[in-house]
Amino acid sequence: MREKFENTGNKDTRSGFGAGLLEAGRKNPEIVALCADLTGSLKMDAFAAEFPQRFIQCGIAEANMIGTAAGLAVTGKVPYVGSFAGFVTGRVYDQVRQTVAYSDTNVKICASHAGITLGEDGATHQIMEDIGLMRMLPNLTVINPCDYNQTKAAAIAIADLHGPVYLRFGRPSVPNFTPADQKFEIGKAVKLIEGSDVTIFATGHLVWEAITAAGLLEKEGISAEVINIHTIKPLDTKAVIESVARTGAAVTAEEHLIAGGMGELISGLLARELPSPLEFVAVDDLFGQSGDPAELMKLYKLDAQHIVLAAKKAISRK
Amino acid sequence: MRQNGLSLSISIKQIIMINNYSLSDISSQVRRDIVRMVNMAASGHPGGSLSSTDILTVLFFSEMNHDPKEWRRDGKGKDMFFLSAGHLSPVFYSVLARSGYFPVSELASFRKQGSRLQGHPSVERGLPGVHVASGSLGQGLSVACGAAITKRLSGEENFVYVLCGDGESEEGQIWEAAMFAAHNKLSRLIAITDWNGQQIDGPTDSVMSLGDLEAKWKAFGWEVIVADGHDLDAISAAYKQAKAGSQNGKPKMILMKTHMGMNVDFMQGTHHWHGKAPNADQTANALSQLKETIGDF
Repeated sequence: MREKFENTGNKDTRSGFGAGLLEAGRKNPEIVALCADLTGSLKMDAFAAEFPQRFIQCGIAEANMIGTAAGLAVTGKVPYVGSFAGFVTGRVYDQVRQTVAYSDTNVKICASHAGITLGEDGATHQIMEDIGLMRMLPNLTVINPCDYNQTKAAAIAIADLHGPVYLRFGRPSVPNFTPADQKFEIGKAVKLIEGSDVTIFATGHLVWEAITAAGLLEKEGISAEVINIHTIKPLDTKAVIESVARTGAAVTAEEHLIAGGMGELISGLLARELPSPLEFVAVDDLFGQSGDPAELMKLYKLDAQHIVLAAKKAISRK
Repeated sequence: MRQNGLSLSISIKQIIMINNYSLSDISSQVRRDIVRMVNMAASGHPGGSLSSTDILTVLFFSEMNHDPKEWRRDGKGKDMFFLSAGHLSPVFYSVLARSGYFPVSELASFRKQGSRLQGHPSVERGLPGVHVASGSLGQGLSVACGAAITKRLSGEENFVYVLCGDGESEEGQIWEAAMFAAHNKLSRLIAITDWNGQQIDGPTDSVMSLGDLEAKWKAFGWEVIVADGHDLDAISAAYKQAKAGSQNGKPKMILMKTHMGMNVDFMQGTHHWHGKAPNADQTANALSQLKETIGDF
C-alpha cells in the first residue's frame, strides 16, 4: 500500500508557501503580504516582485508587523504575515492574542523554519512550542501541512477562510508526495493508508515518516492506518474517533514538544471519548541543538524507526 | 462575531440634541459620565479618562469625519479612530455614546457581566465604534498604521487617528511603529499622546523618564505639534494643523499637555486615581465640581 505514495522529489515546504501566496495573490487583489526582513527565507520574493504595492517590508520589528497586519485586516485587506515560527508566535504572543485572535482579525500568520529540522541554526531558532502557543488561542485556526504541494494548497485555501490562521511550515527539503492539484479542506483529516492494528496520526513532514513506518510495520505483519492531521485546530475529532474505534491504539507524530502539541490534543480527546493506548512521537521537554536535520530527527526520536517502536508499544498496551 | 450597526433604540433626538451644546458643555457631561461609570462599576480608570476628555470631545464632536449611524468596522470612506491606551475606555465609551454610536443608557453596563462595554475595549460583542481590542499597551499605533496603509492603497483621503498614553510610549512597539509610519510616509496618520506625566506607579519622570518627547518624535521623522490638551480652541487648531499637512509625507504626533484627573480637584495632577474608583462620597464630591449639561445617563 505504501507504494501508492511516490516521492516526486524533495522540496521545501516554504517554497510551497511562496508559490501558494503568489497564486492566491493573483486571484484575490485584497491579499497583501508583510515580512520582517526575511523575504528570501520565506520565499515571498515572487509575490513582492509581482505586487510591489501590496508587499509591506516591516524591518526587524515583528510586534509592529502583527499590529499593522491587524489594521490592514480590519480595513478589508487579507494580510499574510511571514517570518520564522519563533518570531511570529512566542516573540509576539501578546500582539497575536489581542489584535489577531481576540479581535478576530483576518490575519494569516505564516511561519517558516519551525521545528528541529531548521538544523544548524540551533535551539534559539528551532521553536517546538509554537503549535501549543497558537492552538491555545480562541478563534485561531492552526494548520501544519505535510509537503510542498499541500503547503501550496493550504496557502491558497486560507485566503477564503475569514478569520485568523496560523500556517506552519519549514526550511528543509522533504518528500513531496501529495497531488499537485489537491483541494485543501481546512479541518478535514486525510486518511492516507487504511489499517486495522494501530492508527498513526501525523502532522507536517512527519506524515512521510509515518508512511515509511507503516511500510516497515507491514513487513512485520502489523497493519497501520496513517492519517494526516494537517489541520490541528479545529481538530477533525470525528476522523480520530472513527479510526481509533477500529484500530484500538494510536501513535501521534509531530515535530514539536509533547507539551501543547497535536499528540496532547488527541490524547485529551481520546481520554474524554474513547480511552485507548496512545504513544507520543514528539520531543519531551527539551530544547534543540545545532546539527544536520536528518541526524537531529533520529537523535530526537522523530523518524520512522521511532514511529515503528511507538506503534508496537501502543499495540502491546491494548 | 457580530459586527452589527447601531441599535435601533438609539434616539435620533439624542443625536440632534447634541448639536445644541457647546464643546465645553459636552466635555463636562463626558467627565460626569466617566466618574459615574467608574463609581458604578467600582473599578476602572478615571485619571487618564479625565485628562483625555477634551482631546476626544473635540475630535468626536468637531474635527473627525465620521458617521455614528452608519458605522462600519472596516471604516471604509470615513476617518477612523483607534484607542491604543485601552484603559481609557470610560472616556472612549462616553464620547461614542454621546455622539450616537449606541444608547447612552448602555454606559450603565460598563464592566458588567455580558456587557458590550468591557473593561478594556473589545470587538467580540460588536460594540459600534471599536475596530480592534486594546488594553495591552503599545499596540494601537501599529494597528492604525495598517489602517492608514489600506486607505492609501484604496485611494481614500480619510484620516486615521490614534490616542496613546505618555506612559504607554515606554513600550518598544510604539517606536517600532514610529519608524514604520515615517518610513512609509503615512501623512494621514494622526497620533495623539495624552501627555499627563503620570502612570500607575507615579510620575513618568520618576518611573521611566520619557525625556524630550518632542525631539524624539521629530527624530523619528514625524511632524510634531504640541498643544494645551485642555484648551478646546488649541486642541481644534492642533487637529487642523495636522490635517493641513496631509501631503507632506510625515505622520503627525500631537503631544497634548494635560493633567491627570482634570477638573476633579482631588484627582487632578496625581497618579493616585489612575486606576481607582471613587466611593459614594467621593463621587458626590466629584460630580459637584462637574456641571450636568446634556443630562446624566
